[in-house]
Amino acid sequence: MKGQAVRSVPLPKLIFEKSRKGRVGCNVPVADTPEVDLKAALGQVREELHLPEVSELEVLRHFTILSHVNYGIETGFYPLGSCTMKYNPKINERTAALPGFSMLHPMQPASMIPGAMEILLGVQDMLKEITGFDYITLQPVAGAHGEMTCLMLIRAYHESRGEGKQRHTILVPDSAHGTNPASAARCGYDVKSIPTDADGNTDLKALEAALDDSIAGLMLTNPSTLGLFEPNITKICEMVHKAGGMVFCDGANMNAMVGTTRPGDHGFDCMHLNLHKTFSTPHGGGGPGCGAIGIKSHLEPFLPVPIVQRVDGKPSLDWHRPHSIGRVSPYYGQFLMEVRAYTYLRAYGKEKMHEISHYAVLNANYIKARLKDVLPAAYDRPCMHECVLTAEKYKKQHGVRALDISKRLIDYGFHPPTNYFPLIVPEAMMIEPTETECKETLDAFCDAMIEICTEAVNDPDLLHNAPTSQIVGRLDETKAVKELDVRWRTKREGVKV
Amino acid sequence: MPYIPHTVEDRQEMLATIGARSIDELFREIPDDLKIAPQSLNIPSALDESKLLAHLTQISRKNVDLTRVVSFLGAGAYDRFIPATVNAVISRGEFLTAYTPYQPEFSQGYLQSIYEFQSMIAELYGMDVANASMYDGATSLAEAAILAHGVTGRKKIYVSEAVHPHYRQVLDTYCWSMDLDVVQMPTEGGYTKIGELEDAACILIQYPNFFGSIEDLAAARKAATDSGAMFIVCADPVAMALITPPGEFGADIVVGEGQQLGVPMGLGGPYVGLFACKSEFVRRIPGRIVGRTTDHDGREGFVMTLRTREQDIRREKATSNICTNEALMALACTVYLEAMGKNGLKQVAETSVRNTQYTMKALTQAGAKLKYPNAKVFDEFVVELPKDASEVRDKLIDKGFLAGLPLGPYYKDQANCLLVAVTENRSKEQIDAFASALKEVIR
Amino acid sequence: MNVPADLKYTSSHEWVKMEGDIATIGITDHAQSELGDIVYVDLPEVGRAVKAGDTFGSIESVKTVSDVYAPVSGEVVEVNGMLGAQSEVVNTDPYGKGYLVKIKVNGAADGLLDAAAYTASIS
Repeated sequence: MKGQAVRSVPLPKLIFEKSRKGRVGCNVPVADTPEVDLKAALGQVREELHLPEVSELEVLRHFTILSHVNYGIETGFYPLGSCTMKYNPKINERTAALPGFSMLHPMQPASMIPGAMEILLGVQDMLKEITGFDYITLQPVAGAHGEMTCLMLIRAYHESRGEGKQRHTILVPDSAHGTNPASAARCGYDVKSIPTDADGNTDLKALEAALDDSIAGLMLTNPSTLGLFEPNITKICEMVHKAGGMVFCDGANMNAMVGTTRPGDHGFDCMHLNLHKTFSTPHGGGGPGCGAIGIKSHLEPFLPVPIVQRVDGKPSLDWHRPHSIGRVSPYYGQFLMEVRAYTYLRAYGKEKMHEISHYAVLNANYIKARLKDVLPAAYDRPCMHECVLTAEKYKKQHGVRALDISKRLIDYGFHPPTNYFPLIVPEAMMIEPTETECKETLDAFCDAMIEICTEAVNDPDLLHNAPTSQIVGRLDETKAVKELDVRWRTKREGVKV
Repeated sequence: MPYIPHTVEDRQEMLATIGARSIDELFREIPDDLKIAPQSLNIPSALDESKLLAHLTQISRKNVDLTRVVSFLGAGAYDRFIPATVNAVISRGEFLTAYTPYQPEFSQGYLQSIYEFQSMIAELYGMDVANASMYDGATSLAEAAILAHGVTGRKKIYVSEAVHPHYRQVLDTYCWSMDLDVVQMPTEGGYTKIGELEDAACILIQYPNFFGSIEDLAAARKAATDSGAMFIVCADPVAMALITPPGEFGADIVVGEGQQLGVPMGLGGPYVGLFACKSEFVRRIPGRIVGRTTDHDGREGFVMTLRTREQDIRREKATSNICTNEALMALACTVYLEAMGKNGLKQVAETSVRNTQYTMKALTQAGAKLKYPNAKVFDEFVVELPKDASEVRDKLIDKGFLAGLPLGPYYKDQANCLLVAVTENRSKEQIDAFASALKEVIR
Repeated sequence: MNVPADLKYTSSHEWVKMEGDIATIGITDHAQSELGDIVYVDLPEVGRAVKAGDTFGSIESVKTVSDVYAPVSGEVVEVNGMLGAQSEVVNTDPYGKGYLVKIKVNGAADGLLDAAAYTASIS
């Protein structure tokens, strides 16, 4: 495995290079209605259309070959911090593919889809209970979209009190995900950064100093991106509330809390969830995400329409919401992802739900303990579902960066952790094992990390040149930007920037 | 729990390594009053896999899905043929369970497929570049409007009332939060009427529009140019097989919904937004873009590029807050377009046109009236009925037909109007049966 | 690290060369080396008024973006047109061909560091 070139797989070619005039890759429906004069019917007919022409088997082989040079959770351990790369149960795929779900049209009358409503209500009810919020909406289609929706609710709330213009600033800790400030900006807010103190918690003095009547709210990730639970959380929420602001919980790290503690009880006004992280819907190579949000009742009037609710025990849609912010997505959100999340939630149920956070936290602390001599934690405290380690000493003493360690891990067959995040930890390596990995896998990973750290001392170039086991080595990203080539053309040419 | 592999011994050994006596001890930083007891949540009990499947199957059967009615409903989501190869590819674990290709050496498969996706979307729309995809058509449109605001510095977004009503609602929400003004442009005879444009950041046109009419993009381009506005088109990707793409009319940005390209209807999600533009705007594109480059040995490979536009680097100054693309659905589109290819997609489009023209005749003979008889349409059109369209639709459901979308709830003077879509999945027999059922209901 | 003695500096790593009331501005050798390969430079239009301490552009490497701050107040009278196609000259010749803009200074240029002070600030 280590450093040996995997050359048994054929090298992929672009599909366009396999195209031969006249081939078709599927058995396309044939019309049995009368022929029409296309020019007369459409007023025009397009002449040129350069799409590939390949056979069905070639299409399948093309993607099978591509899949061999792609790494997923089902390929191996994927400890990408902050992304919760847990096992995505196969039963979820099976239930989401049931025609009674997958073959529903989003504009069908509600009377035809009581089962779908039951799923949406079921997910809402269970998430309400798990998070401790009063209401859940499933309309946001991704995590960042959920963040944005929460900020819109906060904005609508302040506007309803005549403080919309005055409260124009959102506070974001310096350890936050980039989506937080970007979502705030997308809602028209100014962004102000709040520092982290020496223990890894929110700096309360700095927060106090920043709080005034221009503050619309605070976006806080709990547990923080350092993998640490914010012990002052109740106090922080009280401070922001006293200044008239709202507190949003970034729920990226909900996996640490499921069944153990509820953000709704911490004092937060709203939060987003990533169903693709905590509730096992597949990441799909970077989407679809799925971003439910939870809110307290004072934000309820502003929820996006339609509201899926139960009236006299029967599901119904409420469109009549005069204070609603409107729609944030065109239909009901990522419905087929909700089916997967529902399946997952029902598989764990009341009896086992807490095991998610229990074993996620156990696994992260185990990795932290096993690696403590080679890669110390940035803050020496019990971590939650992920640990943030620093490779600073290897950079200083051997010129080896966190990135080099990560690239070398690829040669050992593991997906690297998240690097250089959070921004406040030098040479950060953020490791999130999740609860679904067994001890043997964690041990193999830790053994590899320890060996790589020895290599870093004895043979730093082994790391600088890694990976050498894949079909490509480190790619020239400068060239990718400067000689931008983002689409195939019959004649090869770059796109002028 | 089969998803959690720890044995009792594992747990003890791990706790010993950590130096903790119990898992509870690991949670000691959480204040006690914020903790809840295990098994105290008020949610239903756990189900084993067999019961789970039975339970979900039973719920799914409460819905009347499109295998149980013959559908003529479109309005933004279409019952199209999906080749079996699509699901075979997207259910492969290497794709399904991967994340964003941050480590290109480990993600060449996905990266190359996205490069192919970008190439084909740009080609379909006749544009220079396309991104790796957005959430859906509606949010893609809203992002395009915000991009236009960024380029022009202007705050008025002109949108045709023949743009999908739900897309306009999403646009309204996004614009409200950005302090932008949305101005509606009316229609006449099923086509957008572009009047005076004042300080317009952009004009937004759907092509073919919500009523099915193939808009005059040359006129729209001229109106935009004359007022210094950007020209943004929301285009149906399947129609592009037969009609002139917006790029040839000089569109600045083209967006669209990719659901038709191999994605199940799924009650509206997950879908996939398409986003293409002229190369001069490439640094302002929201979301991911994949580029081709080489490694240090000169081997070709793919990476995410122009990364500094994105939220994880530029934070509040990012071009958008979007973090993921809709990779799995974009992969479905890629497989679909490659399986169809040039000939297959043209056949899908042509079959839809033939079926649509036939349905228009059949429904007129059954007593419906074409609302816009002079409009050129692709696979969707509006009929006016002698009765309230919602009532007719409901009665036809009982006869096994999903007749289309009643327009009354969206356009106040169109209570008797029905928007009808006919894809390649419909047959002459189904269309004939639909026409006779309609005839009975409106008699 | 190259810190020419005849230039003035800011703590945010810009250099200034005064010739009459025209200030030529760029980023220091230290700054370009920290950024790595520069792939894009975003500069203001000629004619834009800038205030000392405000950002007037940004410099991008593959994975970072750095704002550039105006060391002096005034009006932009020239931007380095070469950087559009050849941003790498900021790496290869930061004090020469890789300059960013020229500003017609309005008022005094206060608070700038000399070479010794700047060298101390980065070591």
